[in-house]
Amino acid sequence: MGGLQKKKFERGSATNYITRNKARKKLQLSLPDFRRLCILKGIYPHEPKHKKKVNKGSTAPRTFYLLKDIRFLLHEPIVGKFRDYKVFVRKLKKAYGKTNYSAVEKLKDNKPTYKLDHIIKERYPSFIDALRDIDDALCMCFLFSTFARTGKCHVQTIQLCRRLTVEWMNYVIASRSLKKVFLSIKGIYYQAEVMGQLITWLVPYQFSHDHPTDVDYRVMATFTEMYTTLLGFVNFRLYHSLNLVYPPKLDVKAEAGLKEEDDEDYAMNSESYLEKLSALSTSLARVVSTAEEEEAQLDQFPVEGEDMETMEAREKEQKQQEAQKKLFEGLKFYLNREVPRESMAFLIRCFGGEVSWDKSVSIGSTYDVTEESITHHIVDRPEVGKQYINRYYIQPQWVYDCVNAKIILPVEDYFLGVTLPPHLSPFVEEKDGDYVPPEKLKIMALQRGEKPANEQAEEDEEEEEDDEEEEEDDNEAGDDDDDADEEEEAEEKSLKKMEEQRSQGKSLSVKVTAGKVKVENPARLEQEEKAEEKRLAIMMMKKKEKYLYDKIMFGKKRKIREANKLTAKRKAHDDAEKSKKKKVKK
Amino acid sequence: MTSFLLRIFNFNNKSAEDSEDGEDSEDGEDSEDSVFSGLEDSGSDSEDDEDEEQEERPDEDEALKTKEEEEEEDEEEEEEEEQQDEGAAPKAGDEYEHDSSDEEDIRNTVGNIPMAWYKDFPHIGYNLDGKKIFKPIRNKDELDDFLDKMENPDYWRTVHDEQTGSDVVLSEEQVALVTRLQRGQFGDVNFNEYQPQVEFFSGDVMQHPVTGRPADKRSFIPSLVEKEKVSKLVHAIKMGWIKPRRHDDDRGRYYDLWANEDASILARHKMHLPAPKIPLPGHHESYNPPPEYLFTAEESALWEQQDPSDRKCPFVPRKFSALRQVPAFPRFIHERFERCLDLYLCPRQRKLRVNVNPEDLIPKLPKPRDLQPFPTTQSLVYRGHSGLVRSISVSPSGQWLASGGDDGSVRFWEVCSARCVRTIQTGGTIKNLSWNPNLSVCLLAVALDSVVLILSPSLADRQVLASSERLLSGQGAEPAEEEAGPVVWSEAEGEELNQWIRLKIKHPKAVHQVAWHAKGDYLASVMPDHSSHLQVFIHQVSRRRSQNPFRKNKGLVQRVSFHPARPYFFVATQRSVRIYNLVKQEMTKKLQANSKWISSMAVHPGGDHVICGSFDCRLSWFDLDLSTKPYKMLRHHQKAVRGVAYHRLYPLFASASDDGTVIVCHSTVYNDLLQNPLIVPVKVLRGHVKTDELGVLDVTFHPTQPWVFSSGADATIRLFT
Repeated sequence: MGGLQKKKFERGSATNYITRNKARKKLQLSLPDFRRLCILKGIYPHEPKHKKKVNKGSTAPRTFYLLKDIRFLLHEPIVGKFRDYKVFVRKLKKAYGKTNYSAVEKLKDNKPTYKLDHIIKERYPSFIDALRDIDDALCMCFLFSTFARTGKCHVQTIQLCRRLTVEWMNYVIASRSLKKVFLSIKGIYYQAEVMGQLITWLVPYQFSHDHPTDVDYRVMATFTEMYTTLLGFVNFRLYHSLNLVYPPKLDVKAEAGLKEEDDEDYAMNSESYLEKLSALSTSLARVVSTAEEEEAQLDQFPVEGEDMETMEAREKEQKQQEAQKKLFEGLKFYLNREVPRESMAFLIRCFGGEVSWDKSVSIGSTYDVTEESITHHIVDRPEVGKQYINRYYIQPQWVYDCVNAKIILPVEDYFLGVTLPPHLSPFVEEKDGDYVPPEKLKIMALQRGEKPANEQAEEDEEEEEDDEEEEEDDNEAGDDDDDADEEEEAEEKSLKKMEEQRSQGKSLSVKVTAGKVKVENPARLEQEEKAEEKRLAIMMMKKKEKYLYDKIMFGKKRKIREANKLTAKRKAHDDAEKSKKKKVKK
Repeated sequence: MTSFLLRIFNFNNKSAEDSEDGEDSEDGEDSEDSVFSGLEDSGSDSEDDEDEEQEERPDEDEALKTKEEEEEEDEEEEEEEEQQDEGAAPKAGDEYEHDSSDEEDIRNTVGNIPMAWYKDFPHIGYNLDGKKIFKPIRNKDELDDFLDKMENPDYWRTVHDEQTGSDVVLSEEQVALVTRLQRGQFGDVNFNEYQPQVEFFSGDVMQHPVTGRPADKRSFIPSLVEKEKVSKLVHAIKMGWIKPRRHDDDRGRYYDLWANEDASILARHKMHLPAPKIPLPGHHESYNPPPEYLFTAEESALWEQQDPSDRKCPFVPRKFSALRQVPAFPRFIHERFERCLDLYLCPRQRKLRVNVNPEDLIPKLPKPRDLQPFPTTQSLVYRGHSGLVRSISVSPSGQWLASGGDDGSVRFWEVCSARCVRTIQTGGTIKNLSWNPNLSVCLLAVALDSVVLILSPSLADRQVLASSERLLSGQGAEPAEEEAGPVVWSEAEGEELNQWIRLKIKHPKAVHQVAWHAKGDYLASVMPDHSSHLQVFIHQVSRRRSQNPFRKNKGLVQRVSFHPARPYFFVATQRSVRIYNLVKQEMTKKLQANSKWISSMAVHPGGDHVICGSFDCRLSWFDLDLSTKPYKMLRHHQKAVRGVAYHRLYPLFASASDDGTVIVCHSTVYNDLLQNPLIVPVKVLRGHVKTDELGVLDVTFHPTQPWVFSSGADATIRLFT
């Protein structure tokens, strides 16, 4: 017997974690530097499974990092750069203090900088990993590219962000990979499928920001620094995957077309090039000039364990996707000046349409208002002065809804001055039992190819049916019990009456009354039986499973409740509308 | 007077002129110059009167002189130049006569000294000949000065020349010059101050140097200082102290980073938990959502009231009729920033998300339909009691049902017809009653307060009655024991015999339960008591003998039961069930019920299984071969379980509870020891009405049929078949 006494917290999970302050001390970094390092290297705290064990018996709230992560940071060359920067700042201060401006100049020239390439490579060992994480990078870069070039962050960063986002948009156009778009009150959501990864990003509306005071821009700038590097490399790779020139160049022919018009309007050539790129109206130059859309037809191989039906379904889906890619092909759009140009141009070009705008709005317009072949003129004002006969004047929501519906929607609902139909989120995928807004049903019917003429009536019926069904479903379980109870109660009552009579009068008035034939619904009986069976089985559940089951059922019931609430709200709204209309008619 | 004065001046002047003339004769140049000096004007003039007038002034006005002294000095220089120019133009013919190279004509040769030095002398200097120039006789007083001022029209332009001591009248040109200078203008009228500048030091290389200075020697030999500086820089570059200026544009230089993707995954990546993506927006976030997604008035009020962290939706859905009306989202940067914080500050943990179909959680049990027979419907209700029916018991033949309750009556019912055949009013509360399980006798034990009554209701054929009489006759009774125990046996007498009461066993305390042994000779009674070891008695009816099997109090006894076949005795205390071997007189097992308070107990007819109901809604099934812990805990009652019962033949058991239900379960017990019993609830029987929070109080099975009886707080007994 014997041996050393085991001490607590010297093995096991307690040794795998380290608190933030300890980590900071170990790395000998100040808190801002530590923060920056964590952001750049993608180190985040971990929540231990047994907090008390890790926290050495205390329950105080602390954030823990994995010790391995911190050890891994120890060898990061960027830590050295941080220290260099600290020295640099000290020297600079000294030089300023001594008003030694030549030294200041020299120091500024030799300002220590660092590159993040190796970090990107290390964080994302494969390209797909990087693509998977590109969402946040895109959101951030799009936000930064809308910042005013004053204060808050370096102008170079803003320019770089703008450049990268323009490159990204050009790539999406070139690859035709945009899938969904959504106008929310926050901004515009886009979703593209790039190399099998769904990438969603949010672009704010084109307004100047009033910068909040309670936001730490240093943190945001550090993130942006990392994200710009990441996005740059991703763009490079994506461009090369499509045989496009990187940095992007406009197609020679197209460029020639543009040049003659508006070269003299722009002072700086370098600036105007980015402007031209960001006009998104022309295609990009390719390394190997190939005709577009000359992809080999891929053969379909059934995946193992997949029957013909699913394969057909898949094929159908693929066809649909192909069709969606060419949604606006052959259509010619003209944007009025109040329409958000960049978003619209991006969208229309993504789906193969042609787009132009007034020359004074932006560089890169390809044709004029007077062009005869324009099919759709997008206007976001109550009325237009001069209208051309052979084109539709529609509101911008039409374009967005078309993209989401994957078909060209009828334009009647979107004419000028018409109350627009609701704009629905394409990201919601309703499962059965969820609430589906009637507008969505309408679009689904259109997608199936049904006529929109009598759809209104059908719609309502369907809706009502649905509602009824839902309600039935909800109440079924309860109903059965109630019914059974009621019957029994009735019986009980009659028995009681008889009993009373017997006890009071002692002489039963013997009377035979004709009994009623109980109509038994066999289906209903079966259902009841099943429900009872289920209830009995539930009684036999283990405690843990029962808890879980109850939780799931609670969630389901809540969902149903919410759906019912929405239906009720909609119904109330529709009724109110109807009564209003009636009043107007009267 | 004035004329006299003038004359004197004149004289003085003349003398000066004379001397001047003399000078002229000597030095031609000087004299010519003097002609043009303003002072000399008068001299050149032949008119005496003018002369006199002019020279009057300076003498008179001392103040003016001091004031204009400085001016004058300037003037003199200026005048000199002016005269040069002037002289050049109008008197071109007489050029040399007027030429003055450097000095103006000063007849006084003392030089430019303060004239105050000659204050005490009669003269004011010397002329060119070295003769003294005498001061003019000062006879002009204030009065003269005043008069002069009043009378002389040229007074304002008369200046006193201090050096000569004479007054000079300025000519028109001179006055004009003075006024121009006073205005800050150039003296020369013809001077154009804005004439175009001639660029001498322009960027153009001129044919001739601006200066004729020859180049220095040091401009031809290399500088040592510079050499030193350069060598220092060269050294610094060689040593790597100075680096060439970097070009910062490699920030935006990208290349194919993933050109050679290696599949090596760092250990860190195994632990990596990718951050969850931002949830995608729903319909309510649209700028033009369907109307049902907009908040109603009360919803928005609720939203306002809630704490931002409690809100289900972090923003209020809004509807805009056109895209142009959509404003900027004010919290956009905030949300982005919060996402950033989440990414690097929020602790991450891998959590398994339960994604099970709830149907899969439900255990697969055999269908109740396949497990028939079991009671399903309520077929008979036995009414007659006026209070709670505490206990019921079915005769072993299955023909009769006995019941007793708070109303103090014991009633015997015919099972099939629900007729009450006998009623015995006891006048106390009946806690429990039990038929003797032996088929050959017909006896009923009733726990009435502290007495156990043994009834012989004569509801059987004569043979059976005879055998029960024999049992009750007490043939083997030992008279000696009467004095011993706390339990007193006594025979019923008189009226009681008419009520079929045959024996009374008097206990020290209230009896709560009676239980027969399967053979029908032994009877156990329970008197729950915390403080005493006298809680359980085992009575032998044939010998009218009682004994207390326990020496110690092991807890409040709730129920007791005999093993159906073997000499075991089950005692349920509040939290456990003890099993005693009656032959060896020792405890063989102690079952932990895992419940707070056991209310009821039943032993399986096979003897290997026990079920216990408890007041905390649980029903525990013990498999005696398996463990002392419950094999199964059933929590299917919502309220306290009051009674449990096994069927004697069918694999059924039932539990009654305060929630008014009787649940019948099918429980197959296998002979194979390896297979655990299968418990399947088959029916929930409802019928009893809850009164005073009490539901069903007792439950028992028919001995041969799959029927179950239950007695409730609503004073009824119900039969479910």
